[in-house]
Amino acid sequence: MNVLICIAKVPDTTTKITFTENNTQFNTDRVQWVINPLDEFALTRAIEIKEALGGTITVMNVGLADTEPLIRKAFAIGADEGIRINAEPTDCFFVASQIAHYAKEGNYDYIFAGRETTDYEGAQVGGIVAEFMGIPFIAGVPKFDYDGTTATMEREIEGGKEVITVNPPFLASIQEGVTEPRIPSMRGIMSARTKPLTVVEPVEAGSFVGVNSYELPPAKGDCKYVDAENSEELINLLHNEAKVI
Amino acid sequence: MAVLVYADNSGGSVPNSALEAVYYASKVAAEKGTETIAVVIGALDNAILESLGNYGADKVLHYSDDKLSDFDSQSYTRVVSDAINSTGANVIIFSHNYASKSIGPRLSAKLQAGMAVAVMGLPKIDGDSLTIRRTVYAGKAFADVTISSAIKIIAVTPNAFSPEVTDKKAAVEPASVDLTDSDFGMKITDTNKVTDKVSLTEATVVISGGRGLKDASNWDMLEEMADMLGAATACSKPVADMGWRPHSEHVGQTGITVRPNLYFAIGISGAIQHLAGVNGSKIIVAINTDSEAPIFKAADYGIIGDAFEVVPRLNTAIKNLNG
Repeated sequence: MNVLICIAKVPDTTTKITFTENNTQFNTDRVQWVINPLDEFALTRAIEIKEALGGTITVMNVGLADTEPLIRKAFAIGADEGIRINAEPTDCFFVASQIAHYAKEGNYDYIFAGRETTDYEGAQVGGIVAEFMGIPFIAGVPKFDYDGTTATMEREIEGGKEVITVNPPFLASIQEGVTEPRIPSMRGIMSARTKPLTVVEPVEAGSFVGVNSYELPPAKGDCKYVDAENSEELINLLHNEAKVI
Repeated sequence: MAVLVYADNSGGSVPNSALEAVYYASKVAAEKGTETIAVVIGALDNAILESLGNYGADKVLHYSDDKLSDFDSQSYTRVVSDAINSTGANVIIFSHNYASKSIGPRLSAKLQAGMAVAVMGLPKIDGDSLTIRRTVYAGKAFADVTISSAIKIIAVTPNAFSPEVTDKKAAVEPASVDLTDSDFGMKITDTNKVTDKVSLTEATVVISGGRGLKDASNWDMLEEMADMLGAATACSKPVADMGWRPHSEHVGQTGITVRPNLYFAIGISGAIQHLAGVNGSKIIVAINTDSEAPIFKAADYGIIGDAFEVVPRLNTAIKNLNG
């Protein structure tokens, strides 16, 4: 069983978001970079399934050399091999074009991507890769099982859930709930150094969406307190002052 | 070049978020001096299809093939791209929801089209490029982005636009596309739709609870409040992790982003990852015993107090208000 996990580098979710260069660049000063949390859920679930069925897990990242520590982290968690496509990720279309090109060579049974990255939140890479490869795409999967032949998963649609079955090859974008992240073991960390990390060059691909500038939301006004003994007054304020109920 | 909008069919009705998308599409079409065409898939009353005109659609293409009863990103993408081909549309609008996340990226690949999601504002159209405001970093910032491809896909944030309703009726045209087995890749074995509950991303009021509520059984009073206010219920990450509530209710950076008119944070301290998912809300109410909880910095109204005393009193007040 061969499985591919697409991983992205994002700022840790506790990062205070600020911008530089006249609000055109994200301020990377003192930012702690992590594997996109949803990608890490996907990776961890794939490792659990591999522990039951065997196989090889490959992680793939589009990024410059500074993403390699995160690929090594994925190795420490349990991925077997890594491929870094040596390019600055510009937009979802560009990133997905790269992944699709190299994923076609890999003969993967299934591919996981996180539902979205926690920074740019494009939520497109998985779907674009699936279309380029002509395979089913299941978005937003919080529960996933695979018996070696058929995958059974849940997806969260508007106002409900569906259980679906799909045969490989397919691509699922994973969201929270699928499993809990793991802390790498000392053995995992030691073995991460020697696992194969291949660097490949990007292919020609378009890039159609560019950020011109960023803006922080306006600061919130002060909180208006209502005395707990007089809680009913809150409903009055919400009805007559804020007019939201 | 028309503007095409995908209008969701939620088991025989068109949800508010889709009506907002239709309205948004009509605004973009007006700016471009062209018509607004809605695509609807699956069985739906003709009167409902015509009523999309109230929100700005000139025409509705209705694909009602029985094979489309299950949502499959492959077959649905075939349909929408057929509609794009037949209308020559070069701007495609979705509501930012499950359908847009499933169909939008596939269209992007198929049509070499750039896609902007979580869109908050109307576009500025300048020749062949289109600039638009969206949220990034789970609502912690806005980004002005330019789409430069010939065909452009936009997914609009729910609750960000209030449609002006007219009595215009849309012209409904039945449409079909030849679907083959290769357009279907999955089998749906079980559907569990909670039809009597308000969808979290669409809800105008959200009642959310945190660890401060101490136990899953204590959500009863929140459910009661939600019922009275027509609200959706939600929770913080620790609550979902402990299994008190399903992950589908987890609001925050790695969960769902909401932007209701009113967000109740009850027993939620307000970690930065939680605030990221809710700070687009119009009004935030915080109820917490800890006066130092960061949630109060994000809140418009606050009560420092025990949820087990405060919430029942609020419920009584709401009951009185509702008469």
